[in-house]
Amino acid sequence: MTSSAVQPPVDRLVPTRPGWPDATGHFGVFGGRFVPEALVAALDELTEAYEVMRADPAFVEEFDRLQRDYTGRPSPITEVPRFAEHAGGARILLKREDLNHTGSHKINNVLGQALLTRRIGKTRVIAETGAGQHGVATATAAALMGLSCTVYMGEEDTRRQALNVARMRLLGAEVIPVTTGSRTLKDAINEAFRDWVTNVETTNYVFGTVAGPHPFPAMVRDFQRVIGDEARQQVLERVGRLPDAVLACVGGGSNAIGIFTAFVPDEEVRLIGLEAGGDGLDTGRHAATITGGSPGVLHGARSYLLQDENGQTIESHSISAGLDYPGVGPEHSYLHDIGRAEYRPVTDAEAMEAFALLCRTEGIIPAIESAHALAGALTVGRELGGRGGDPAVLLVNLSGRGDKDVETASAWFGLGDRDHSAPGAGLDEHQRATEGAVTRGEAVPGPAAGQQA
Amino acid sequence: MSALRRRIRAANGEGRAALVAYLPVGYPSAPGSVAAMVASVEAGADVVEIGVPYSDPGMDGPVIQQAVDVAVRAGIGMRDVLTAVEAVAEAGAVPVVMSYWNPIERYGVDRFAADLAAAGGAGAITPDLIPDEAGPWLAASDAHDLDRVFLVAPSSTDARLRSTAAACRGFVYAASTMGVTGTRATVSDAAERLVARTRAAARDVPVCVGLGVSNADQAAEVAGFADGVIVGSAFVRALLDAGDERAGADAAGRLAGELAEGVRRRARVAP
Repeated sequence: MTSSAVQPPVDRLVPTRPGWPDATGHFGVFGGRFVPEALVAALDELTEAYEVMRADPAFVEEFDRLQRDYTGRPSPITEVPRFAEHAGGARILLKREDLNHTGSHKINNVLGQALLTRRIGKTRVIAETGAGQHGVATATAAALMGLSCTVYMGEEDTRRQALNVARMRLLGAEVIPVTTGSRTLKDAINEAFRDWVTNVETTNYVFGTVAGPHPFPAMVRDFQRVIGDEARQQVLERVGRLPDAVLACVGGGSNAIGIFTAFVPDEEVRLIGLEAGGDGLDTGRHAATITGGSPGVLHGARSYLLQDENGQTIESHSISAGLDYPGVGPEHSYLHDIGRAEYRPVTDAEAMEAFALLCRTEGIIPAIESAHALAGALTVGRELGGRGGDPAVLLVNLSGRGDKDVETASAWFGLGDRDHSAPGAGLDEHQRATEGAVTRGEAVPGPAAGQQA
Repeated sequence: MSALRRRIRAANGEGRAALVAYLPVGYPSAPGSVAAMVASVEAGADVVEIGVPYSDPGMDGPVIQQAVDVAVRAGIGMRDVLTAVEAVAEAGAVPVVMSYWNPIERYGVDRFAADLAAAGGAGAITPDLIPDEAGPWLAASDAHDLDRVFLVAPSSTDARLRSTAAACRGFVYAASTMGVTGTRATVSDAAERLVARTRAAARDVPVCVGLGVSNADQAAEVAGFADGVIVGSAFVRALLDAGDERAGADAAGRLAGELAEGVRRRARVAP
């Protein structure tokens, strides 16, 4: 069977991990397990099974084979010079997770957790989803491995991301719209936990991001770190040196941890997470958990979160369903507090401007989530400047493709046939790539695109 | 000496189980919830679990979610909770706060313990805080001589039953079924097994059973093997179904009366 000639797993068996979390899942003061006792046995089982699995050559070989033959890894890096013309002379390279099977980085984690589900003998998986990308990935892996699959999705998100709801159902998954609370990702996670605590004997919870109780933050990081492991090598080969900065959008933070991890020991490389600034931090309508929140406990772990003076979670707001989450993974909180990574907000308008720019200059339609990272690259590039003959090199994780966002973008930019509202920020009427409409104050806000779509 | 333990053992000394009523602060309003708590005490509740509203109640089913959602939106906070604690103590029952961890952490663990003790509260039940993560709460509850109640579940290993029970003071909360709060047609037989296993691990700490008990017959059944019977969703259901606050308090009182009869109905097996 020549097709199974994967690279020798010898040097990959137990990849070098950061020195965190500790044995009980703490990243400094963050992380841990804040869960009902009923789930502790299942979390212990997962932790033990995972630690055995990750060192098992048979698993490593199967995981590698799936990543290569099913996902299409390694994903390429693409330099985007026409887009970078708007970034102050910096060079910009995109890590193309949008080219993965199912259209985002989410498949990396899901294949690992699906293999783990099979290993612990459970037959049903559940998942939460915001933009629908993790739900689609989970439904895909469940179909591939013959597992029954239920996906919880906020009712608000099922409307914003109707295409992904249809995809999940085509793949045989049951999609349950969640009507409690803010009807978005946070409430979908609550419902998934309630399902899990009730059905834990048969069911594994395939968590979609680097948040939640131990072992999820560390396990999801391990499955996603392939992004940065590949990209670091690819940038070295392409550019001959490490990038000056690595940028990724941060909702829960799995694509960011995925691309950051390989670079954490490279202290000269800046790690920059872009949070969803929504209408702007000063409006209170945003999802910028680290830049606009405070430490607390949500969804099983201590981390930064958006909360009021009574400790109630504040509803987040973002045009991007995948970033519309009032919490963040505990490792990001830790990287922030130790100063290894920096976090900045990007508004809806800034993200949509970058979204349109990449479409027009490079022929790549990004996910709106990833467009936040692109907007961050434009800003950081301008800050760093061209630096004469040695332009700054920015590596951006293009975590997903934008097919699912076409309706939202159409509403924002007023592209629909029957939509005569003024176009929103980022798209000029002369059909040329735009730059700086927002910063010049010329752009009008999009017509509440997220709510309309 | 633990106020909760003393009250539960006193009930046991009468040949019955203690009745523990859960009601969340702020539904239908802050005064309305206090009125329902007082009515429950007057009708026979020995202990009132005073629920702190929380936006993400992961262990609760739809009934309690619906009520606490109203309270959260009304901005109910720890000061309202402490007012309810004082009222329940005044009415003659033992008040114990039931709170997810973040509202306590946000208020400040030491400040919470000091203010709760000053209000006459016996301690707190923390459904999403396991002893492994409870260092600051263990210290604060020791410093202020408060009870602390952690949960055990059918899935808990014997080792965890021992360590959790050892961390408890007041009683051990046995979550009778794997699942969230809500009324159920039958009491799972897992409850009796869990109580037996917990007793073996806990020795001297009372074991109370919650999750799924909603009527006098079920209360009588659980009273046959547990030291206390915890009823939550059925009280909240009574409030949700009531026309106004007065009717809600009356309904809570009626339910407490029926349950109080239930926990006395069946001769209790001596521990």
